Amino acid sequence: MSNMVEIRWHGRGGQGAKTASLLLADAAFNMGKYVQGFPEYGPERMGAPITAFNRISDERSTVHSNIYEPDYVVVVDATLLTAVDTTGGLKKEGAIIINSNKSPEELVPLLDGYEGRVYTINASNIAEEELGNRNFPNTPMLGAVVKVSGIIPEEVFVKDMEESFHHKFSTKPHVIDGNMKALKRAMKEVKGL
Amino acid sequence: MGIRERLSGNEAVATAMRQINPDVVAAYPITPSTEVVHYFSQYVADGKVDTEFVAVESEHSAMSACIGASAAGGRTATVTSACGLALMWELLYVASGARLPITLAVVNRALSGPININNDHSDSMGARDSGWIQLYSENNQEAYDNYIMSNRIAEHKDILLPVMVCQDGFITSHAIENIELLEDDKVKKFVGPYNPGFSLISGKPTSVGPYDTVPFYFEHQYQRARAMVDSKKVILDVFKEFGQLTGRNYGLFEEYRMEDAERAIIVLNSSAGTAKFACDTLRAKGEKVGVLKLRVFRPFPMEEIAKAVSHLKAVAVMDKCDSFSAIGGPVFGDVRNSCYGMSNGPQIINYIYGLGGRDVRVEDFTFVYENLDEIIKTGKTGEIYRHVGVRGV
Repeated sequence: MSNMVEIRWHGRGGQGAKTASLLLADAAFNMGKYVQGFPEYGPERMGAPITAFNRISDERSTVHSNIYEPDYVVVVDATLLTAVDTTGGLKKEGAIIINSNKSPEELVPLLDGYEGRVYTINASNIAEEELGNRNFPNTPMLGAVVKVSGIIPEEVFVKDMEESFHHKFSTKPHVIDGNMKALKRAMKEVKGL
Repeated sequence: MGIRERLSGNEAVATAMRQINPDVVAAYPITPSTEVVHYFSQYVADGKVDTEFVAVESEHSAMSACIGASAAGGRTATVTSACGLALMWELLYVASGARLPITLAVVNRALSGPININNDHSDSMGARDSGWIQLYSENNQEAYDNYIMSNRIAEHKDILLPVMVCQDGFITSHAIENIELLEDDKVKKFVGPYNPGFSLISGKPTSVGPYDTVPFYFEHQYQRARAMVDSKKVILDVFKEFGQLTGRNYGLFEEYRMEDAERAIIVLNSSAGTAKFACDTLRAKGEKVGVLKLRVFRPFPMEEIAKAVSHLKAVAVMDKCDSFSAIGGPVFGDVRNSCYGMSNGPQIINYIYGLGGRDVRVEDFTFVYENLDEIIKTGKTGEIYRHVGVRGV
Protein backbone atom coordinates (compact mmCIF):
# COMPACT_ATOMS: atom_id res chain seq x y z
CA MET A 1 0.00 0.00 0.00
CA SER A 2 1.96 3.00 -1.28
CA ASN A 3 0.16 5.67 0.70
CA MET A 4 0.56 3.97 4.07
CA VAL A 5 2.51 5.66 6.86
CA GLU A 6 3.77 3.45 9.66
CA ILE A 7 4.91 4.86 13.00
CA ARG A 8 6.55 3.16 15.96
CA TRP A 9 6.51 4.73 19.42
CA HIS A 10 9.06 3.95 22.11
CA GLY A 11 8.30 5.04 25.65
CA ARG A 12 8.34 3.88 29.20
CA GLY A 13 5.29 2.61 31.04
CA GLY A 14 3.35 5.56 32.45
CA GLN A 15 4.56 8.20 29.97
CA GLY A 16 1.56 7.96 27.71
CA ALA A 17 3.13 6.62 24.50
CA LYS A 18 0.14 4.33 24.02
CA THR A 19 -2.28 7.21 24.62
CA ALA A 20 -0.33 9.37 22.16
CA SER A 21 -0.58 6.67 19.50
CA LEU A 22 -4.33 6.45 20.07
CA LEU A 23 -4.68 10.26 19.90
CA LEU A 24 -2.78 10.31 16.61
CA ALA A 25 -5.08 7.56 15.30
CA ASP A 26 -8.07 9.67 16.36
CA ALA A 27 -6.77 12.80 14.63
CA ALA A 28 -6.03 10.90 11.40
CA PHE A 29 -9.42 9.18 11.57
CA ASN A 30 -11.12 12.55 11.90
CA MET A 31 -9.60 13.68 8.62
CA GLY A 32 -10.99 10.64 6.81
CA LYS A 33 -8.08 8.20 7.01
CA TYR A 34 -8.06 4.51 7.83
CA VAL A 35 -6.16 4.03 11.05
CA GLN A 36 -4.67 1.45 13.34
CA GLY A 37 -3.42 2.37 16.81
CA PHE A 38 -2.20 -0.39 19.09
CA PRO A 39 0.36 -1.11 21.79
CA GLU A 40 2.48 -4.18 22.21
CA TYR A 41 1.40 -5.74 25.48
CA GLY A 42 3.78 -7.44 27.83
CA PRO A 43 4.19 -7.40 31.58
CA GLU A 44 3.38 -3.67 31.84
CA ARG A 45 4.88 -1.78 34.71
CA MET A 46 5.84 1.82 35.39
CA GLY A 47 9.15 2.69 33.78
CA ALA A 48 9.58 -0.46 31.66
CA PRO A 49 10.15 0.05 27.90
CA ILE A 50 6.92 -0.14 25.92
CA THR A 51 6.16 0.06 22.21
CA ALA A 52 3.07 1.33 20.42
CA PHE A 53 2.23 1.52 16.74
CA ASN A 54 0.23 3.43 14.13
CA ARG A 55 -0.73 2.61 10.58
CA ILE A 56 -2.38 5.47 8.71
CA SER A 57 -3.59 5.01 5.14
CA ASP A 58 -6.26 5.81 2.55
CA GLU A 59 -7.46 2.20 2.39
CA ARG A 60 -8.00 -0.27 5.22
CA SER A 61 -4.79 -2.07 6.15
CA THR A 62 -5.49 -5.71 6.82
CA VAL A 63 -2.09 -6.44 8.36
CA HIS A 64 -2.27 -7.26 12.05
CA SER A 65 1.38 -7.55 13.02
CA ASN A 66 3.75 -5.18 14.76
CA ILE A 67 5.67 -2.70 12.61
CA TYR A 68 9.23 -3.64 11.68
CA GLU A 69 10.05 -1.08 8.97
CA PRO A 70 8.48 2.16 10.19
CA ASP A 71 8.49 5.45 8.31
CA TYR A 72 8.81 7.32 11.60
CA VAL A 73 10.03 6.45 15.07
CA VAL A 74 9.04 8.52 18.08
CA VAL A 75 11.13 8.24 21.23
CA VAL A 76 9.26 9.61 24.22
CA ASP A 77 12.16 8.95 26.63
CA ALA A 78 15.73 9.57 25.40
CA THR A 79 17.20 7.12 27.92
CA LEU A 80 15.76 4.41 25.66
CA LEU A 81 18.26 5.31 22.90
CA THR A 82 20.92 3.26 24.66
CA ALA A 83 18.52 0.58 25.97
CA VAL A 84 16.39 -0.39 22.98
CA ASP A 85 17.07 -0.68 19.22
CA THR A 86 14.96 2.39 18.42
CA THR A 87 16.23 2.79 14.84
CA GLY A 88 15.82 -0.91 13.94
CA GLY A 89 14.25 -1.14 10.47
CA LEU A 90 13.57 2.61 10.36
CA LYS A 91 13.45 3.74 6.72
CA LYS A 92 16.19 6.18 5.80
CA GLU A 93 13.67 8.32 3.90
CA GLY A 94 11.84 8.61 7.23
CA ALA A 95 12.80 10.28 10.49
CA ILE A 96 13.30 9.76 14.20
CA ILE A 97 11.81 12.26 16.65
CA ILE A 98 13.27 12.28 20.15
CA ASN A 99 12.14 13.94 23.38
CA SER A 100 15.36 15.57 24.58
CA ASN A 101 16.87 18.88 25.61
CA LYS A 102 19.82 18.08 23.34
CA SER A 103 20.28 19.04 19.70
CA PRO A 104 19.85 16.42 16.96
CA GLU A 105 23.63 16.60 16.29
CA GLU A 106 24.37 15.61 19.86
CA LEU A 107 22.19 12.51 19.66
CA VAL A 108 23.32 11.18 16.28
CA PRO A 109 26.16 9.11 17.84
CA LEU A 110 23.52 7.14 19.78
CA LEU A 111 21.54 6.19 16.66
CA ASP A 112 23.59 3.24 15.36
CA GLY A 113 24.52 4.97 12.13
CA TYR A 114 20.96 5.91 11.17
CA GLU A 115 21.18 7.94 7.96
CA GLY A 116 17.77 9.58 7.89
CA ARG A 117 16.46 12.78 9.42
CA VAL A 118 16.81 13.32 13.16
CA TYR A 119 14.60 15.67 15.15
CA THR A 120 14.56 16.63 18.80
CA ILE A 121 11.92 18.35 20.87
CA ASN A 122 12.14 19.17 24.57
CA ALA A 123 8.69 17.78 25.24
CA SER A 124 9.25 17.16 28.96
CA ASN A 125 10.20 20.80 29.44
CA ILE A 126 7.17 22.00 27.48
CA ALA A 127 4.97 19.65 29.54
CA GLU A 128 6.42 21.07 32.74
CA GLU A 129 5.88 24.68 31.69
CA GLU A 130 2.44 24.31 30.12
CA LEU A 131 0.93 21.39 32.04
CA GLY A 132 2.87 21.62 35.29
CA ASN A 133 4.20 18.07 35.00
CA ARG A 134 7.17 16.87 32.99
CA ASN A 135 5.87 13.32 33.11
CA PHE A 136 3.19 14.09 30.47
CA PRO A 137 5.27 14.60 27.32
CA ASN A 138 2.78 12.88 25.04
CA THR A 139 0.82 15.96 23.89
CA PRO A 140 3.93 17.88 22.75
CA MET A 141 5.36 14.69 21.18
CA LEU A 142 2.15 14.31 19.19
CA GLY A 143 2.51 17.90 17.92
CA ALA A 144 6.10 17.22 16.87
CA VAL A 145 5.17 14.03 15.00
CA VAL A 146 2.41 15.74 13.04
CA LYS A 147 4.74 18.62 12.17
CA VAL A 148 7.61 16.37 11.01
CA SER A 149 5.55 13.74 9.20
CA GLY A 150 3.03 16.03 7.56
CA ILE A 151 0.44 13.25 7.70
CA ILE A 152 -2.23 15.70 8.81
CA PRO A 153 -2.41 19.37 7.67
CA GLU A 154 -1.36 21.50 10.66
CA GLU A 155 -4.46 23.72 10.85
CA VAL A 156 -6.79 20.72 10.59
CA PHE A 157 -4.84 18.94 13.31
CA VAL A 158 -4.85 21.91 15.72
CA LYS A 159 -8.58 22.45 15.28
CA ASP A 160 -9.32 18.78 15.72
CA MET A 161 -7.19 18.46 18.84
CA GLU A 162 -8.90 21.50 20.36
CA GLU A 163 -12.26 19.83 19.84
CA SER A 164 -11.11 16.53 21.26
CA PHE A 165 -9.55 18.20 24.33
CA HIS A 166 -12.83 20.03 24.92
CA HIS A 167 -14.57 16.68 24.79
CA LYS A 168 -11.99 14.78 26.84
CA PHE A 169 -11.52 17.42 29.53
CA SER A 170 -15.10 18.74 29.66
CA THR A 171 -14.98 18.58 33.48
CA LYS A 172 -11.47 20.10 33.67
CA PRO A 173 -11.51 23.13 31.31
CA HIS A 174 -8.28 24.58 32.79
CA VAL A 175 -6.35 21.66 31.30
CA ILE A 176 -7.46 22.46 27.73
CA ASP A 177 -5.42 25.67 27.37
CA GLY A 178 -2.25 24.05 28.69
CA ASN A 179 -2.55 21.14 26.29
CA MET A 180 -3.21 23.39 23.32
CA LYS A 181 -0.22 25.58 24.18
CA ALA A 182 1.99 22.51 24.60
CA LEU A 183 0.85 21.19 21.22
CA LYS A 184 1.45 24.44 19.35
CA ARG A 185 4.81 25.11 21.02
CA ALA A 186 6.02 21.62 20.08
CA MET A 187 5.07 22.21 16.45
CA LYS A 188 7.17 25.39 16.49
CA GLU A 189 10.09 24.24 18.59
CA VAL A 190 10.89 20.85 17.05
CA LYS A 191 14.46 20.98 15.69
CA GLY A 192 15.61 19.00 12.69
CA LEU A 193 18.87 17.80 11.22
CA MET B 1 -24.82 3.88 5.34
CA GLY B 2 -23.97 3.21 8.95
CA ILE B 3 -22.00 5.28 11.41
CA ARG B 4 -18.30 5.82 10.67
CA GLU B 5 -16.36 5.25 13.88
CA ARG B 6 -13.02 4.04 15.19
CA LEU B 7 -13.13 1.57 18.05
CA SER B 8 -11.07 -1.20 19.56
CA GLY B 9 -12.42 -4.73 19.21
CA ASN B 10 -13.46 -4.70 22.86
CA GLU B 11 -15.29 -1.38 22.43
CA ALA B 12 -16.98 -2.80 19.34
CA VAL B 13 -18.33 -5.83 21.23
CA ALA B 14 -19.41 -3.69 24.19
CA THR B 15 -21.25 -1.39 21.76
CA ALA B 16 -23.02 -4.35 20.17
CA MET B 17 -24.01 -5.58 23.63
CA ARG B 18 -25.40 -2.15 24.48
CA GLN B 19 -27.41 -2.08 21.26
CA ILE B 20 -28.76 -5.60 21.87
CA ASN B 21 -29.61 -4.71 25.48
CA PRO B 22 -29.69 -8.28 26.90
CA ASP B 23 -31.91 -9.07 29.86
CA VAL B 24 -29.04 -10.48 31.90
CA VAL B 25 -25.25 -10.23 31.72
CA ALA B 26 -23.27 -12.17 34.32
CA ALA B 27 -19.52 -11.73 33.96
CA TYR B 28 -16.21 -11.82 35.73
CA PRO B 29 -13.35 -9.74 34.30
CA ILE B 30 -10.21 -11.35 32.87
CA THR B 31 -7.51 -9.93 30.60
CA PRO B 32 -7.85 -9.20 27.68
CA SER B 33 -11.68 -9.21 27.78
CA THR B 34 -11.91 -7.10 30.95
CA GLU B 35 -12.64 -3.90 29.02
CA VAL B 36 -15.88 -5.33 27.63
CA VAL B 37 -17.16 -5.96 31.16
CA HIS B 38 -15.85 -2.55 32.17
CA TYR B 39 -17.60 -0.66 29.35
CA PHE B 40 -20.79 -2.65 29.69
CA SER B 41 -21.12 -2.18 33.44
CA GLN B 42 -20.71 1.56 32.79
CA TYR B 43 -23.66 1.39 30.35
CA VAL B 44 -25.65 -0.32 33.10
CA ALA B 45 -24.65 2.34 35.65
CA ASP B 46 -25.51 5.14 33.20
CA GLY B 47 -28.92 3.64 32.44
CA LYS B 48 -28.08 3.12 28.74
CA VAL B 49 -29.30 -0.48 29.00
CA ASP B 50 -31.83 -2.05 31.31
CA THR B 51 -29.82 -5.23 31.69
CA GLU B 52 -29.56 -6.99 35.03
CA PHE B 53 -25.79 -7.07 35.51
CA VAL B 54 -24.62 -9.81 37.86
CA ALA B 55 -21.11 -9.23 39.22
CA VAL B 56 -20.23 -12.83 40.05
CA GLU B 57 -17.18 -14.17 41.91
CA SER B 58 -15.77 -16.44 39.16
CA GLU B 59 -16.32 -17.57 35.59
CA HIS B 60 -17.80 -20.83 36.83
CA SER B 61 -20.42 -18.70 38.55
CA ALA B 62 -20.74 -16.42 35.52
CA MET B 63 -21.78 -19.28 33.26
CA SER B 64 -23.92 -20.79 36.04
CA ALA B 65 -25.78 -17.49 36.43
CA CYS B 66 -26.19 -17.25 32.65
CA ILE B 67 -27.66 -20.76 32.58
CA GLY B 68 -30.15 -19.87 35.31
CA ALA B 69 -31.11 -16.59 33.65
CA SER B 70 -31.44 -18.16 30.22
CA ALA B 71 -33.51 -21.06 31.60
CA ALA B 72 -35.77 -18.48 33.23
CA GLY B 73 -36.36 -17.04 29.76
CA GLY B 74 -33.99 -14.08 29.65
CA ARG B 75 -31.76 -13.10 26.73
CA THR B 76 -28.39 -13.72 28.35
CA ALA B 77 -24.78 -12.89 27.55
CA THR B 78 -21.29 -13.04 29.00
CA VAL B 79 -17.66 -12.37 28.10
CA THR B 80 -14.39 -14.12 28.92
CA SER B 81 -10.87 -15.19 27.93
CA ALA B 82 -8.40 -18.01 28.50
CA CYS B 83 -8.47 -19.45 32.03
CA GLY B 84 -11.88 -17.83 32.48
CA LEU B 85 -13.25 -19.96 29.67
CA ALA B 86 -11.48 -22.97 31.15
CA LEU B 87 -13.19 -22.37 34.47
CA MET B 88 -16.55 -22.29 32.65
CA TRP B 89 -15.82 -25.67 31.09
CA GLU B 90 -18.25 -27.85 33.00
CA LEU B 91 -21.04 -25.34 32.44
CA LEU B 92 -20.38 -24.87 28.72
CA TYR B 93 -21.68 -28.40 28.18
CA VAL B 94 -24.61 -27.77 30.52
CA ALA B 95 -25.59 -24.63 28.57
CA SER B 96 -25.60 -26.37 25.20
CA GLY B 97 -27.05 -29.58 26.61
CA ALA B 98 -29.96 -27.65 28.10
CA ARG B 99 -30.28 -25.91 24.70
CA LEU B 100 -29.90 -22.42 26.17
CA PRO B 101 -29.14 -19.75 23.54
CA ILE B 102 -26.55 -17.83 25.56
CA THR B 103 -24.03 -15.65 23.70
CA LEU B 104 -20.40 -15.49 24.81
CA ALA B 105 -17.83 -13.01 23.49
CA VAL B 106 -14.47 -14.78 23.72
CA VAL B 107 -11.39 -12.58 23.52
CA ASN B 108 -8.87 -15.28 22.65
CA ARG B 109 -5.87 -15.69 24.93
CA ALA B 110 -3.39 -18.48 25.60
CA LEU B 111 -4.18 -20.95 28.34
CA SER B 112 -1.71 -21.38 31.19
CA GLY B 113 0.87 -22.77 31.83
CA PRO B 114 3.26 -21.28 31.86
CA ILE B 115 1.03 -18.27 32.40
CA ASN B 116 0.77 -15.90 29.45
CA ILE B 117 -1.76 -13.13 28.83
CA ASN B 118 -1.29 -12.82 25.08
CA ASN B 119 -3.16 -14.19 22.13
CA ASP B 120 -3.61 -17.66 20.78
CA HIS B 121 -6.64 -19.89 20.29
CA SER B 122 -6.03 -22.58 22.89
CA ASP B 123 -9.01 -21.37 24.94
CA SER B 124 -11.84 -21.52 22.39
CA MET B 125 -10.30 -24.37 20.39
CA GLY B 126 -10.32 -26.45 23.55
CA ALA B 127 -14.05 -25.77 23.82
CA ARG B 128 -14.74 -26.86 20.25
CA ASP B 129 -16.52 -30.05 21.31
CA SER B 130 -18.77 -28.40 23.91
CA GLY B 131 -21.78 -28.01 21.61
CA TRP B 132 -21.36 -24.27 21.15
CA ILE B 133 -21.51 -22.63 17.73
CA GLN B 134 -18.21 -20.79 17.16
CA LEU B 135 -17.79 -17.71 14.96
CA TYR B 136 -14.34 -16.17 14.41
CA SER B 137 -13.57 -12.53 13.59
CA GLU B 138 -10.70 -11.05 11.57
CA ASN B 139 -11.07 -7.52 12.95
CA ASN B 140 -13.23 -5.20 15.08
CA GLN B 141 -15.84 -4.97 12.31
CA GLU B 142 -16.34 -8.72 12.16
CA ALA B 143 -16.36 -9.01 15.96
CA TYR B 144 -19.16 -6.42 16.01
CA ASP B 145 -21.10 -7.91 13.10
CA ASN B 146 -20.76 -11.50 14.32
CA TYR B 147 -21.91 -10.51 17.78
CA ILE B 148 -25.02 -8.77 16.44
CA MET B 149 -25.87 -11.85 14.39
CA SER B 150 -25.21 -14.30 17.23
CA ASN B 151 -28.55 -13.92 19.03
CA ARG B 152 -30.50 -14.62 15.88
CA ILE B 153 -28.57 -17.83 15.30
CA ALA B 154 -28.64 -19.01 18.92
CA GLU B 155 -32.32 -18.27 19.49
CA HIS B 156 -33.64 -19.78 16.25
CA LYS B 157 -36.30 -22.31 17.26
CA ASP B 158 -34.69 -25.11 15.24
CA ILE B 159 -31.24 -24.51 16.75
CA LEU B 160 -31.28 -23.35 20.40
CA LEU B 161 -27.54 -23.64 20.84
CA PRO B 162 -25.26 -21.13 22.57
CA VAL B 163 -22.83 -19.14 20.42
CA MET B 164 -19.23 -18.02 21.02
CA VAL B 165 -18.01 -15.00 19.06
CA CYS B 166 -14.22 -15.06 19.09
CA GLN B 167 -11.64 -12.36 18.31
CA ASP B 168 -7.91 -12.12 18.99
CA GLY B 169 -6.88 -10.77 22.37
CA PHE B 170 -4.90 -7.49 22.18
CA ILE B 171 -4.28 -7.83 18.43
CA THR B 172 -7.84 -6.75 17.64
CA SER B 173 -9.37 -6.38 21.12
CA HIS B 174 -7.01 -3.51 22.02
CA ALA B 175 -6.33 -2.03 18.57
CA ILE B 176 -8.21 1.05 17.43
CA GLU B 177 -9.39 0.65 13.85
CA ASN B 178 -12.08 2.08 11.60
CA ILE B 179 -15.47 0.45 11.90
CA GLU B 180 -18.95 1.01 10.52
CA LEU B 181 -21.61 0.76 13.20
CA LEU B 182 -25.32 0.27 12.75
CA GLU B 183 -27.81 2.69 14.23
CA ASP B 184 -29.27 1.51 17.56
CA ASP B 185 -32.79 1.12 16.17
CA LYS B 186 -31.56 -0.98 13.24
CA VAL B 187 -29.78 -3.39 15.58
CA LYS B 188 -32.84 -3.59 17.80
CA LYS B 189 -35.02 -4.38 14.80
CA PHE B 190 -32.58 -6.91 13.36
CA VAL B 191 -32.13 -8.78 16.65
CA GLY B 192 -35.84 -8.55 17.48
CA PRO B 193 -37.62 -9.40 20.72
CA TYR B 194 -36.76 -12.66 22.46
CA ASN B 195 -39.61 -15.11 22.88
CA PRO B 196 -38.29 -18.28 24.50
CA GLY B 197 -40.35 -21.34 23.69
CA PHE B 198 -39.77 -22.72 27.17
CA SER B 199 -38.93 -20.89 30.35
CA LEU B 200 -38.98 -21.44 34.08
CA ILE B 201 -41.14 -18.37 34.62
CA SER B 202 -43.57 -18.86 31.75
CA GLY B 203 -46.39 -20.11 33.96
CA LYS B 204 -46.17 -23.54 32.34
CA PRO B 205 -44.35 -25.96 34.65
CA THR B 206 -40.94 -26.82 33.12
CA SER B 207 -37.89 -28.72 34.31
CA VAL B 208 -34.42 -27.69 33.16
CA GLY B 209 -31.39 -29.86 33.67
CA PRO B 210 -32.80 -32.80 35.61
CA TYR B 211 -31.09 -36.20 35.68
CA ASP B 212 -31.30 -37.68 32.18
CA THR B 213 -31.80 -41.41 32.38
CA VAL B 214 -30.44 -44.07 30.08
CA PRO B 215 -33.65 -44.26 27.97
CA PHE B 216 -33.39 -40.52 27.11
CA TYR B 217 -29.79 -39.22 27.38
CA PHE B 218 -28.63 -40.59 24.04
CA GLU B 219 -31.67 -39.15 22.24
CA HIS B 220 -30.99 -35.73 23.73
CA GLN B 221 -27.35 -35.87 22.61
CA TYR B 222 -28.52 -36.86 19.14
CA GLN B 223 -30.86 -33.88 19.03
CA ARG B 224 -28.05 -31.54 20.10
CA ALA B 225 -25.78 -32.97 17.40
CA ARG B 226 -28.55 -32.58 14.80
CA ALA B 227 -29.08 -28.97 15.84
CA MET B 228 -25.38 -28.31 15.17
CA VAL B 229 -25.67 -29.86 11.72
CA ASP B 230 -28.85 -27.90 10.98
CA SER B 231 -27.39 -24.62 12.26
CA LYS B 232 -25.35 -24.17 9.08
CA LYS B 233 -28.44 -23.23 7.10
CA VAL B 234 -29.72 -20.89 9.79
CA ILE B 235 -26.31 -19.22 10.05
CA LEU B 236 -26.29 -18.61 6.29
CA ASP B 237 -29.85 -17.23 6.39
CA VAL B 238 -28.91 -14.80 9.18
CA PHE B 239 -25.71 -13.77 7.33
CA LYS B 240 -27.80 -13.12 4.21
CA GLU B 241 -30.31 -10.96 6.02
CA PHE B 242 -27.47 -9.05 7.70
CA GLY B 243 -25.87 -8.53 4.30
CA GLN B 244 -29.08 -7.03 2.96
CA LEU B 245 -29.14 -4.63 5.92
CA THR B 246 -25.48 -3.60 5.91
CA GLY B 247 -23.96 -4.49 2.54
CA ARG B 248 -21.45 -6.63 4.42
CA ASN B 249 -21.91 -10.12 3.04
CA TYR B 250 -20.46 -12.99 5.00
CA GLY B 251 -20.16 -16.71 4.33
CA LEU B 252 -19.09 -19.71 6.36
CA PHE B 253 -15.63 -18.73 5.16
CA GLU B 254 -14.15 -16.03 2.98
CA GLU B 255 -12.39 -17.00 -0.24
CA TYR B 256 -9.70 -14.45 -1.02
CA ARG B 257 -8.15 -14.65 -4.49
CA MET B 258 -8.92 -18.37 -4.49
CA GLU B 259 -10.48 -18.67 -7.95
CA ASP B 260 -7.40 -19.62 -9.97
CA ALA B 261 -5.14 -20.30 -6.99
CA GLU B 262 -2.82 -23.33 -6.87
CA ARG B 263 -1.64 -22.77 -3.31
CA ALA B 264 -3.70 -21.54 -0.36
CA ILE B 265 -3.45 -20.79 3.33
CA ILE B 266 -6.41 -21.60 5.61
CA VAL B 267 -6.46 -19.37 8.66
CA LEU B 268 -8.91 -17.70 11.06
CA ASN B 269 -9.08 -14.48 13.12
CA SER B 270 -6.67 -11.53 12.87
CA SER B 271 -3.82 -13.24 11.03
CA ALA B 272 -6.12 -13.78 8.04
CA GLY B 273 -5.63 -10.09 7.22
CA THR B 274 -1.86 -10.44 7.43
CA ALA B 275 -2.05 -13.51 5.17
CA LYS B 276 -4.09 -11.50 2.63
CA PHE B 277 -1.32 -8.91 2.47
CA ALA B 278 1.29 -11.63 1.85
CA CYS B 279 -1.04 -13.09 -0.79
CA ASP B 280 -1.39 -9.71 -2.56
CA THR B 281 2.38 -9.23 -2.60
CA LEU B 282 2.94 -12.63 -4.25
CA ARG B 283 0.00 -12.13 -6.63
CA ALA B 284 1.67 -8.93 -7.82
CA LYS B 285 4.60 -11.15 -8.89
CA GLY B 286 2.23 -13.47 -10.74
CA GLU B 287 2.10 -16.28 -8.19
CA LYS B 288 -1.21 -18.14 -7.95
CA VAL B 289 -1.88 -18.00 -4.22
CA GLY B 290 -5.00 -17.48 -2.14
CA VAL B 291 -6.35 -17.30 1.40
CA LEU B 292 -9.33 -19.13 2.83
CA LYS B 293 -10.46 -17.47 6.04
CA LEU B 294 -12.69 -19.62 8.23
CA ARG B 295 -15.44 -17.65 9.93
CA VAL B 296 -17.60 -20.51 11.20
CA PHE B 297 -15.63 -23.29 12.90
CA ARG B 298 -18.58 -24.97 14.67
CA PRO B 299 -20.51 -26.23 12.79
CA PHE B 300 -17.56 -27.17 10.57
CA PRO B 301 -18.38 -26.51 6.89
CA MET B 302 -17.14 -29.89 5.68
CA GLU B 303 -18.59 -30.13 2.16
CA GLU B 304 -18.04 -26.44 1.43
CA ILE B 305 -14.37 -26.56 2.45
CA ALA B 306 -13.78 -29.70 0.41
CA LYS B 307 -15.25 -27.98 -2.64
CA ALA B 308 -13.31 -24.76 -2.06
CA VAL B 309 -9.91 -26.50 -1.92
CA SER B 310 -10.52 -29.24 -4.50
CA HIS B 311 -8.81 -27.33 -7.35
CA LEU B 312 -5.69 -26.52 -5.32
CA LYS B 313 -2.36 -28.30 -5.49
CA ALA B 314 -1.18 -27.58 -1.96
CA VAL B 315 -2.81 -26.17 1.19
CA ALA B 316 -1.35 -25.04 4.52
CA VAL B 317 -3.75 -25.06 7.46
CA MET B 318 -2.75 -22.64 10.22
CA ASP B 319 -3.47 -23.47 13.87
CA LYS B 320 -2.89 -20.91 16.63
CA CYS B 321 -3.25 -23.72 19.10
CA ASP B 322 -1.41 -26.98 19.49
CA SER B 323 -3.58 -29.97 20.32
CA PHE B 324 -0.60 -31.91 21.70
CA SER B 325 -2.10 -34.80 19.79
CA ALA B 326 1.00 -35.60 17.73
CA ILE B 327 -1.09 -35.25 14.55
CA GLY B 328 -1.42 -31.45 14.32
CA GLY B 329 -3.86 -28.77 15.38
CA PRO B 330 -7.67 -28.77 15.46
CA VAL B 331 -8.36 -26.78 12.28
CA PHE B 332 -5.95 -28.99 10.36
CA GLY B 333 -7.67 -32.15 11.57
CA ASP B 334 -11.07 -30.98 10.42
CA VAL B 335 -9.86 -29.65 7.06
CA ARG B 336 -7.99 -32.84 6.23
CA ASN B 337 -10.92 -34.92 7.39
CA SER B 338 -13.18 -32.90 5.06
CA CYS B 339 -10.90 -33.72 2.13
CA TYR B 340 -10.63 -37.44 2.81
CA GLY B 341 -11.42 -39.56 -0.20
CA MET B 342 -11.12 -36.69 -2.65
CA SER B 343 -9.53 -37.79 -5.91
CA ASN B 344 -6.68 -35.53 -7.03
CA GLY B 345 -7.10 -33.37 -3.93
CA PRO B 346 -4.39 -31.02 -2.69
CA GLN B 347 -1.43 -31.91 -0.49
CA ILE B 348 -2.32 -30.61 2.98
CA ILE B 349 0.14 -29.59 5.66
CA ASN B 350 -0.29 -28.01 9.08
CA TYR B 351 1.51 -25.08 10.69
CA ILE B 352 1.25 -24.26 14.37
CA TYR B 353 1.90 -20.51 14.67
CA GLY B 354 1.67 -17.47 16.95
CA LEU B 355 1.34 -19.20 20.30
CA GLY B 356 1.24 -16.99 23.39
CA GLY B 357 1.30 -13.73 21.44
CA ARG B 358 4.29 -14.52 19.18
CA ASP B 359 3.91 -11.81 16.54
CA VAL B 360 2.70 -13.21 13.22
CA ARG B 361 4.32 -11.36 10.35
CA VAL B 362 3.69 -11.04 6.64
CA GLU B 363 7.03 -12.86 6.18
CA ASP B 364 5.68 -15.88 8.06
CA PHE B 365 2.97 -16.33 5.43
CA THR B 366 5.41 -15.69 2.58
CA PHE B 367 7.53 -18.48 4.08
CA VAL B 368 4.51 -20.81 4.20
CA TYR B 369 3.62 -20.06 0.57
CA GLU B 370 7.24 -20.81 -0.42
CA ASN B 371 7.05 -24.16 1.34
CA LEU B 372 3.84 -25.01 -0.49
CA ASP B 373 5.60 -24.16 -3.75
CA GLU B 374 8.39 -26.55 -2.77
CA ILE B 375 5.84 -29.31 -2.19
CA ILE B 376 4.31 -28.77 -5.62
CA LYS B 377 7.69 -28.64 -7.38
CA THR B 378 9.18 -31.70 -5.70
CA GLY B 379 5.94 -33.66 -5.41
CA LYS B 380 6.97 -34.49 -1.85
CA THR B 381 4.73 -33.46 1.05
CA GLY B 382 7.45 -33.97 3.66
CA GLU B 383 6.68 -33.30 7.31
CA ILE B 384 2.95 -32.65 7.77
CA TYR B 385 2.94 -31.28 11.32
CA ARG B 386 5.10 -28.13 11.24
CA HIS B 387 5.73 -24.96 13.21
CA VAL B 388 6.43 -21.43 11.98
CA GLY B 389 7.84 -18.58 14.05
CA VAL B 390 9.24 -20.72 16.85
CA ARG B 391 12.96 -20.31 17.54
CA GLY B 392 15.32 -23.18 16.95
CA VAL B 393 13.04 -25.15 14.62
